[in-house]
Amino acid sequence: MVNYSPEPAEAPGSTALPPAVEARGVEVTRGSRTVLRGLDFTVPRGQITGLLGPSGCGKSTLMRSVVGTQAKVTGTLNVLGRPAGHPTLRTRIGYVTQAPSVYSDLTIRQNLDYFGSVLDPTRASADRRADTERVLGEVDLTSHADALAGNLSGGQRSRVSLAVALLGTPELLVLDEPTVGLDPVLRRDLWHLFHSLAADRGATLLISSHVMDEAERCHRLLLMRDGRILADDSPEALRTRTGSETVEAAFLHLVDEAAAHARAKETAR
Amino acid sequence: MTSQTETTATATTAPVSALSLARTTATAARVLRQLRHDPRTIALLLLIPCLMLVLLRYVFDASPRTFDNIGASLLGIFPLITMFLVTSIATLRERTSGTLERLLAMPLGKADLIAGYALAFGTLAIVQSALATGLAVWFLGLDVTGSPWLLLLVALLDALLGTALGLFVSAFAASEFQAVQFMPAVIFPQLLLCGLFTPRSDMHPALEAVSDVLPMSYAVDGMNEVLHHTDMTTTFVRDVLIVAGCAVLVLALGAATLRRRTA
Repeated sequence: MVNYSPEPAEAPGSTALPPAVEARGVEVTRGSRTVLRGLDFTVPRGQITGLLGPSGCGKSTLMRSVVGTQAKVTGTLNVLGRPAGHPTLRTRIGYVTQAPSVYSDLTIRQNLDYFGSVLDPTRASADRRADTERVLGEVDLTSHADALAGNLSGGQRSRVSLAVALLGTPELLVLDEPTVGLDPVLRRDLWHLFHSLAADRGATLLISSHVMDEAERCHRLLLMRDGRILADDSPEALRTRTGSETVEAAFLHLVDEAAAHARAKETAR
Repeated sequence: MTSQTETTATATTAPVSALSLARTTATAARVLRQLRHDPRTIALLLLIPCLMLVLLRYVFDASPRTFDNIGASLLGIFPLITMFLVTSIATLRERTSGTLERLLAMPLGKADLIAGYALAFGTLAIVQSALATGLAVWFLGLDVTGSPWLLLLVALLDALLGTALGLFVSAFAASEFQAVQFMPAVIFPQLLLCGLFTPRSDMHPALEAVSDVLPMSYAVDGMNEVLHHTDMTTTFVRDVLIVAGCAVLVLALGAATLRRRTA
C-alpha cells in the first residue's frame, strides 16, 4: 500500500471566505426512512474531501442535498456561503451523478455545447467552444469528441458526465463515485486532474467513493455509515488516531468502536 | 450584460431568469439535434400521416365527401397523437437518464425547458402538417372551402397540445411501457368523442357533455369549419382559442411536474 498523502493546497484568502460546505444538524427523510441523521461537518475550500462509506449509507443523498436537488432537507446546510439550492449557486457548482447523465443520442461535443450554453448563454460562442475543448482535454476524450455518447464504453460515458461538470470552471465540484468502473491508469489520471483542480484553480472537490484505497488521495475524509458521520479528519490523522495502517482498517476500527459503544449503552440500560 | 471573465467570482453574476430566449433556443436545437441522430423516427413521423391519408382516400374511394370530413379531422389528429407520443417518451427519457436532474441543478428555467421542447416539436409538427396537408389538398383532392393555411394553423396548435399532454403525462409514467399506455388512456377517449365517427350532437347527452370539455373536440371542429367556410368564422376563432388555451394550460401543469428537488 502506497502511502500517498498529498499536501493540502491553501486556497488564497480562505480565512475570509465561508467554508465550501457547512452543515449543522442536517437530516433527510425519504418516505418514512431517515437517510441522514443530524450531520455536522464542514468542507474546507480548495481541498479534496472524500466522502467514504459502504453503499446505501447516504453518500448520494448527502451530495444531492449539497447540490440542492434533494427534497426534505432539514437543519442548516450552507454551500459557498448560501443556503444549499440557492439559485445563484447553480453556476458555481459542478455536479456529477453516479449514473452518467448525458444525452446518449448526441455526440460528446454536442452534449458539452448544449450544457455549456445552458450554463452561460451570454458567453461568446468562441469562448464556449474553447471551454468545450478544454474540458475534453481534461478528461482525455478529445479524440472521441464526435462519437455518439451512446456508443461509448461505460467509463468513457462517465468521463463525458464529468466533463460537463467541469464546464465554466465551478468553485465546488460534487462528484458521486466518478472513478467507478475505470481502469487503474485512468483512475490515476483523474486523481491527478482532481488535485490540479484544487491546487491550481483553488476549486473545492467533494468526491464520494466506496473504494477505500482512494481515501488516501484526499486531503480530508468524511467517513459515513448508516446516515451518520463516523469521522471527519485527514487520512493521516485518522490512521494515527486509530493506530491503523490504512484508512480501510481505520474505518473498520471506528465501526467496531461505534458498535461496542452502542452495545455498552444497551447493557447499561 | 456583464462580461464573463475566467475568474470564478464573476460566475455568480450569470443571469438566472425564469425564461431565457438563448437557453430556450439552445434546448430546442438540442432536441432537434437528438432527433437528427435518429433518422428513422423522423421518417416515420413525416411519412405515416401521409400514408394514412392515401389509404383513407382509397378506402372512401366511392364517397369523396366522407374523405373530406374524415381527412380534414385526421389532419388535426395526427400531429396531436404523434407529438404526444414523441414528447412523452423524450421527457421520460430525460427524467430517467438523470439529464433532467442535471439541467435543473444548472441555471435552466423550467419554462426554458418546456418552451424548448414545444419549439422543437412545434417545428417538426409544421413540417409534418405541411406535408400531410399539401398531399391531401393537392394530390388526394381533399376539398377545402377555406384556406389551407388555416388547416396548418390548427394542426400546429394540435401539435402543441399533443406536446403539452405528453410532457404532462410523462411525470406519471415510471417506464416507457407506462408512457405508451397513456396514449390509449388519454387520446382514445378523445378520439371517440371528438366527432370523428359520428357528430357530437348525435351522442348520448352525457357523452356530448364530456366531449364539450375535451380539447380534441375543438381541434376537429376547427378543421371542419375551415372545410366548410371560406372565411374565418367566430366558431373557428373560438375553436382555435380553446385549443391554444388548453395547450398553454397543460404546458403550465407540465412545468409544475418538474421539480428541482426530488425525494
